[in-house]
Amino acid sequence: MSSVLKTENVNKFFYDPTEFQVLKNISFEVQKGEFLSMIGKSGSGKSTLLYILSTMDTNYSGALWIDNQKMTGLSIDELAQIRNQKIGFVFQFHYLLPEFSCLKNVMIPALKLNQLEEKEIEARAYDKLKMLGLEDQALKPANKLSGGQQQRVAIARALINDPLIIMGDEPTGNLDSRNTNLVFDILQDLTRTYGQTIIAVTHDDDFAKKSDRIIEMMDGEIIS
Amino acid sequence: MNINSGIAKTYILSNRKLTAVGILGVLLGMSVYIFMNSLLVGFDKSSNKSIFRVNSHITVYKDDEISKELPKEKNKFFLIVNPTVVPNQNTIENPQLVMKTISQHSDVVEVSPQVMSSVFYNNGRTQIPGNAFGVVPEEANRMYHIESFMVEGDFNRLASNPNGIIIGSGIAEKMNVFLNDNINITSSKGVNRTFKVMGIFKTNNSVVDKSKSYVNIAASQQMLKEGNAYITEIHVNVKDQEKAEDIAAQLSKITGYKAEGWKSANETFMAANKMRKIIITFVSLTILLIAGFGIYNILNMTVSQKINDIAILKAMGFKGKDVVRIFVTQAVSIGVIGVMGGVLMSTIMITLLKKVYLGGDIGYFPIDYEPTKYAQGIFIGLFITFFAGYIPAKKAAKVDPVEIFRK
Repeated sequence: MSSVLKTENVNKFFYDPTEFQVLKNISFEVQKGEFLSMIGKSGSGKSTLLYILSTMDTNYSGALWIDNQKMTGLSIDELAQIRNQKIGFVFQFHYLLPEFSCLKNVMIPALKLNQLEEKEIEARAYDKLKMLGLEDQALKPANKLSGGQQQRVAIARALINDPLIIMGDEPTGNLDSRNTNLVFDILQDLTRTYGQTIIAVTHDDDFAKKSDRIIEMMDGEIIS
Repeated sequence: MNINSGIAKTYILSNRKLTAVGILGVLLGMSVYIFMNSLLVGFDKSSNKSIFRVNSHITVYKDDEISKELPKEKNKFFLIVNPTVVPNQNTIENPQLVMKTISQHSDVVEVSPQVMSSVFYNNGRTQIPGNAFGVVPEEANRMYHIESFMVEGDFNRLASNPNGIIIGSGIAEKMNVFLNDNINITSSKGVNRTFKVMGIFKTNNSVVDKSKSYVNIAASQQMLKEGNAYITEIHVNVKDQEKAEDIAAQLSKITGYKAEGWKSANETFMAANKMRKIIITFVSLTILLIAGFGIYNILNMTVSQKINDIAILKAMGFKGKDVVRIFVTQAVSIGVIGVMGGVLMSTIMITLLKKVYLGGDIGYFPIDYEPTKYAQGIFIGLFITFFAGYIPAKKAAKVDPVEIFRK
């Protein structure tokens, strides 16, 4: 097993309204193919940590490696390029672009990466949607789908560039139990069948229990 | 198509009403700008045309001189108590040499001598005051295009007829004379002479039409009891009328006589032109700017509406400059369509107005398609729309996705 993500002594402070240390000396490693859940009470720093891992938040001390490449100190544009290629995101809210069809929404990150012909990208996007059972919704506008379907489209979009890691911020937070199970099964299937690495923040204990590894956080520290 | 422009296109098409309002704003601003500025050029051209019917670009003449003190001497101090105009003939000495000197200047295209005399046109017991201009007919016609505003007769007949006269339409009406009638004139030197009307002109400037007449230069010299070296004014036309003032200053130095450009001779006129120019430029630019504000507003609104889209795009690897491109593309597309519509609209407006007959001095409405004004309008229009889009786009590029996701 190889390491896909590693942190070393990550510290982060909030200064508004008063100085407050959200993360204290966070050091851990994530192996390829792991399904990792981060749990903890609200305010424990788990989401903050996830956004640092995602490279979108660069305001921290310590060091972050993704795919053995040091992220800390890279420019915002370089990080954007790396996110495009190596990280897929699934949020609590789907964040689909409402004016576009589902298929187009899935295609956007690949069009941005611009390594394949548009026809190939379209075929791949269609495959991903099919994998998630949405092939008959492909040409509908994204805002015409149900919440569960939208979240699955968002997962398909996260998968389009075959990312190294999928990061989820409460990926099932907005869904009913049936859809939660569905989404969880999809994510689990991705790790089992395709060896996909997943890091998800959740406060759903059932969800966490079913994952491979749990990191529990409290007051900015990893406690287990 | 690039994904950035693809997204921009979708935003434009999915928000049709806003897009249409933006386009309409630019279209109106643009068409008013081009239209008003073309109108301005038209007005200038038409007023210049009426000026050049009676004025040459430069007039060289002997100016009255005030008595001056003698050259300064050491230890002596002169004081002239009551300076007056030095009594002098207001004639140009050795006019042939002066004219030859002037015509050697590289910018000069036409030189023509004139003898102006104040006269009375006699009609029974009444006398109409006026001015008879002694000219060399061919030269004068080339300079003022008198042929183009003749209403009766032929200007060229003046050359072959030493007793001919061309009179203004106002004089003809008051004196009740027609083509080939005789007319009696008394000069300021008391010389009485009868001329034959060879033609009647109408400049539509009633003061000129009621007082001015053209005669042969020799006839005019005889009326003033002068010889053929008597020339009161030398009229000069240059290649570029806008440079007339500079060339006048040079001619003044070369010849030693006063040379006056047409702009200084018509200062009130030029001031009015200038005022009109300032007002029209100001108003038309303001209207274009307001169209820019329209686009700015629309883009600002779009950015606020699409803040979630911007956040996810940035999370998925779109860079700041990609986001700028998306929104600037949107603004510039609105701008380009609006500008094209504006060009079309102003062309239609100009075409319609060109056909309106006003009569009087002006005739048809003095407006034409002015390529430079079109180019200027297109450039300024695109420039404004670019910046109207760039400012909100820059704001969109600065959106911090983490802040949006954590809400």
